[in-house]
Amino acid sequence: MIRRLDPDLAVIVIAAPLLWFIPAGFKSYGLYVVSLWLVMAIAAMGLNLTLGYAGLKSLAQAAFVGIGAYATAILTKNHGVAWPVAFLVSGALSFGVGVVLGFPALRVKFHYLAFVTLAFAMFVFLVARNEEWLTGGVYGFSNIPRPVIFGLDLSRALPFYRFVLVVTVVLSLAMWWLLRSPWGRAFQALRENWMRAASLGVDIRTYTLLAFAIGSAWGGFAGALYAPLVEFIDPAPFAISASFVMLLTVVVGGSGFFLGPFVGAFLSFVLPELLRVTGGWDPLVFDPGVPGPLGFSPTGILGLVERARELVAQRRAAAMRAAARPMLEGSEAR
Amino acid sequence: MTRVLEVKGMKKYFGGIRAVDGVDFHVNKGEILGIIGPNGCGKSTLFNCILGQLTPTDGEVLLEGKPVTGLYPSELNKLGVSRTFQLLQVFPTLSVRENLILAGQEHQGTKISRLFGRGDAGLTDAANRMIAFFKLDHLADQKAGGLSYGQQKLLDAAMAFMAGPKLVLLDEPAGGVNLTMLAALKERLEAINREQGATFVVIEHNMDFVMSLCSRVVVMAEGRVLAQGTPAEVRADPAVVEAYLGH
Repeated sequence: MIRRLDPDLAVIVIAAPLLWFIPAGFKSYGLYVVSLWLVMAIAAMGLNLTLGYAGLKSLAQAAFVGIGAYATAILTKNHGVAWPVAFLVSGALSFGVGVVLGFPALRVKFHYLAFVTLAFAMFVFLVARNEEWLTGGVYGFSNIPRPVIFGLDLSRALPFYRFVLVVTVVLSLAMWWLLRSPWGRAFQALRENWMRAASLGVDIRTYTLLAFAIGSAWGGFAGALYAPLVEFIDPAPFAISASFVMLLTVVVGGSGFFLGPFVGAFLSFVLPELLRVTGGWDPLVFDPGVPGPLGFSPTGILGLVERARELVAQRRAAAMRAAARPMLEGSEAR
Repeated sequence: MTRVLEVKGMKKYFGGIRAVDGVDFHVNKGEILGIIGPNGCGKSTLFNCILGQLTPTDGEVLLEGKPVTGLYPSELNKLGVSRTFQLLQVFPTLSVRENLILAGQEHQGTKISRLFGRGDAGLTDAANRMIAFFKLDHLADQKAGGLSYGQQKLLDAAMAFMAGPKLVLLDEPAGGVNLTMLAALKERLEAINREQGATFVVIEHNMDFVMSLCSRVVVMAEGRVLAQGTPAEVRADPAVVEAYLGH
């Protein structure tokens, strides 16, 4: 028997080839914007795991992107390390730091936890700005090399975009697998009712740390792509405000929905670029248009889609009941 | 008769309040033990001390003769002790089937094998059997949060049995459940007890439910054991009558 294809997986499989070909005609600026979209979607995917699935309020995702970006910049530019190695190191480093940051989550929850992560985000920003010997301080890092992978030169915009796409697809599939595995269910159990989860044998400590660490690792992976994409990094994109934008991205897209980060990252990172045509009036569109709808759909854009689907299912069930009624009443009469 | 659970000298003080003040009891294999007592007599605190949700001030818990005092709830569950809570505790956005798979998955293999193995940890069939056993078939794919209170209570109980536990502690399973649903729940519990030899401890206020379901009853009052015995013995005990009805 062929099982029905999971809708999230179907979207990845269908969207990947479309995204491979459609931007082929874009100019380098357009390619930069779509690349940025995918990179930030990876980071948001990580936060969506920590926040959306496991329910752990974190306000430090941009800091993990920063850790990945600086690690990749330092390794590839200063030490001549190959990009794939720097990529793995960035993820591993963020994973390790994520474990450490996860420990407070074992003690504090909700907004208390958010404050702890906020302090951490501030700390990372200050290190990036002040430790000039390591990070270049406010002057940052310039001329970060774009990688050559298996002899393919990715320095031009289109090949690099396609490379970003491939990495995004691989990380999306890995995240999809993780979330549909028993681990994903355990993370959701953590969010919905950790006390009940513990009574069913779910190891709260380990899963909490893992939710933080894996989510952070995706931030680090995104950073490893961000550095060669922009080719220049300074502390500003990893400041606290950027972590708030990551939060907005996850929540607006649909926290706890697999595809939410892609929708959210489009609104947070692509829409502002499109709104440049308004010539400076973009906050008038963005501010009511993007966070505004949360007023009537707290579960984000994909929450609306879910609600619509439930409504259709309800209507269909009601129609079936209505159709069955004459039959039932007829049998009663007899 | 083998003792599945033995509680010795259990005490739990909150400041000056002696919620549980030296309780001893045991549970034999295959029996349904009821714990009754007026509100605030320390039943739920006793449960939470046994199950690692609270750290007891003093006392010992033995599971099949081995000390398990102060273990984490998840560790105790891995050893075969399962529970339900007084207030409803299901995972509202997961479907009924997903709730049941979750309730069993941590007992399958290791974390690593679960990550790379099947998404349902091989439990879909077991979950479907449990759904059929508790007569929730028509609700299998519904979100648990959308079920009626009584249906959620059934699901809650079903989850406690997913991993084939040695011992199940039920904290007020009848609370807020209508009579039809209550009869269904009682019938299902009796069937599991009969067919799988599962051992239960039930905290309850509903006297009819306890007296007809349990083979032995422990009566608590003010943090202590007031009386214990068969339902008939307990009902005839003057101390019990006084604790419940006053002079």
